[in-house]
Amino acid sequence: MRNAYLKTLYKLAKEDKNVLSLISDNGLIVYDDFKNDFPEQLLNFGMSENNMVMAGCGLASCGKIPFIYTISAFLAFRSFEFIRVDACVNNLNVKIVGIGSGVSYGYLGPTHHSTEDIGVLRVLPNLTIFSPSTPLMAQKVTEQAYKIKGPVYIRLGTNNEKEFYSENYNDNIKKLNNIIDGKDFYIISTGSIAYDAFKACQKLNENGYNIGFIDANCLKPFDSETLINLSKNCKNFIIIEEHNIISGLSSIVSDVIAENGLNCKVYKIGLNDVFAKGYGNHNQVKKQNGLDYDNIYLKIKNILENK
Amino acid sequence: MDLKQLAKEIRKDIFKTAYNGGSGHLGGAFSCVEILVSLYFSVLKYDKNNPLWKYRDKVIFSKGHGCLALYSVLNKIGYISKEQLNSYCKLNSNVGGEPKYMELDGVEATTGSLGRGLSFSIGIAIANKLDKIDSKIYTILGDGECQEGTVWEAVMSAGHRRLDNLTVILDYNKLQAMGNIDEILNLGDIKKSWESFGFFVYEVDGHNIDKLIEVLKDNLNNKIEKPRLIIANTIKGKGISIMENQPIWHYRLPSEKELDIFLNELEMTKEELFL
Repeated sequence: MRNAYLKTLYKLAKEDKNVLSLISDNGLIVYDDFKNDFPEQLLNFGMSENNMVMAGCGLASCGKIPFIYTISAFLAFRSFEFIRVDACVNNLNVKIVGIGSGVSYGYLGPTHHSTEDIGVLRVLPNLTIFSPSTPLMAQKVTEQAYKIKGPVYIRLGTNNEKEFYSENYNDNIKKLNNIIDGKDFYIISTGSIAYDAFKACQKLNENGYNIGFIDANCLKPFDSETLINLSKNCKNFIIIEEHNIISGLSSIVSDVIAENGLNCKVYKIGLNDVFAKGYGNHNQVKKQNGLDYDNIYLKIKNILENK
Repeated sequence: MDLKQLAKEIRKDIFKTAYNGGSGHLGGAFSCVEILVSLYFSVLKYDKNNPLWKYRDKVIFSKGHGCLALYSVLNKIGYISKEQLNSYCKLNSNVGGEPKYMELDGVEATTGSLGRGLSFSIGIAIANKLDKIDSKIYTILGDGECQEGTVWEAVMSAGHRRLDNLTVILDYNKLQAMGNIDEILNLGDIKKSWESFGFFVYEVDGHNIDKLIEVLKDNLNNKIEKPRLIIANTIKGKGISIMENQPIWHYRLPSEKELDIFLNELEMTKEELFL
């Protein structure tokens, strides 16, 4: 996802000199091309995320389009007030790009995990939130973020996420993507964990189940309409997220269901009000916390069998 | 124009607006009157008929709580009407107790929660450099505000980038909400610390308009490739004897009994207060 983001940013910066890349001493080597070809458009603020976010907003007040990039935990949590006031109260055209969604930084532990970022940021008026699931989606949301005149948060995975979209994909990135049609159950997922959820769904269907899979790349504004339409025939939604189940995708879906009186059951698979435990690579930490492919498969199967 | 007389009128307006609005940080507003008068009436480049003129100098009023001084000056240059000023802190007004970006002509940043204006200014300073716009950015910073860590991220950043189009004016009144800055969390040697981060530092009596203008003009002609700090030594609550240097006046309006002292010293009548 990161490479897809950087490639897209490079293209945008080439086409529009107002596109700036703001970094906070994060991204050695990966920014080399950008630095060589557009040195004036790359601003390294050092380890001062708050200053970077506010300076980015000052730049945006002059018509620049800053893509403010660093580890998402340091943006969503450390810089929350500045995202709130300088970006969102002012409604300025800044793009906040957090790398390391969920437990991507598995070796580094909870200081570097972003497992509550959706929760804290979705309460901010004016902010659009994208949580791409694959490299192609990272490209699409970055292009879309550039087109939106206002603050946007993009939540990126760090590792080599696999693709499950066709390269001809040209749908509205703000809508829920119905990847696999289902009947009585639908899985809804977002971010890099969506690939595991997608594979689990495929496997379960090979084993005789008939469940659907929805990928959510835009969490705010959330595509309630598609969910409401699906609920006419499907009454069970299994949410899979690499995030606290409080305030994340599970909560977003639950809000829509409750607010519209949809009479559906929501099953939540994510971090249950805990910080992720353990250290290791991304997959090992997901496994330790019951969120790798095998666990997802078994948890969904368990839900289906006990229904 | 007699700028000393103008400063007097602005203090009257500040008090009148606060009193009728039922709220106001009088001490911090009174301490920066001469700073703003000197800026807006001697060096600042702006278009009275076009507040969004691309090549304007910008003032980022980081010590947002002192905004009554800014509003009153913006009223004098015609950016804010008397009606707007009189609507201060009223329910359907856009003239609030802290300034909000794009709500009022001349308000270039949302401030109020402290420690944010300088970083925002840095963004503007960089944008001007990228666009080769030869305009200046003036950040009005509170001294208590310098206890915020973000101010120091910004000081480092401005110094490192040699943002010579950026001037910080420190309203150094030595008081914060609960008492003397030195007793609560002292700021160390301001001149030395800012110089060490790459600023060129001036120091001036922040109530002497002639001296302030002299420094501001010198600063304008100064070709040194560094951001600048003007330490303006001021008195919190300047102009009202019972308010000067008294922390209690950080956020307070006078009682009935104290009101007469304010009116006397501001040379205004009770009728004028409610006009």
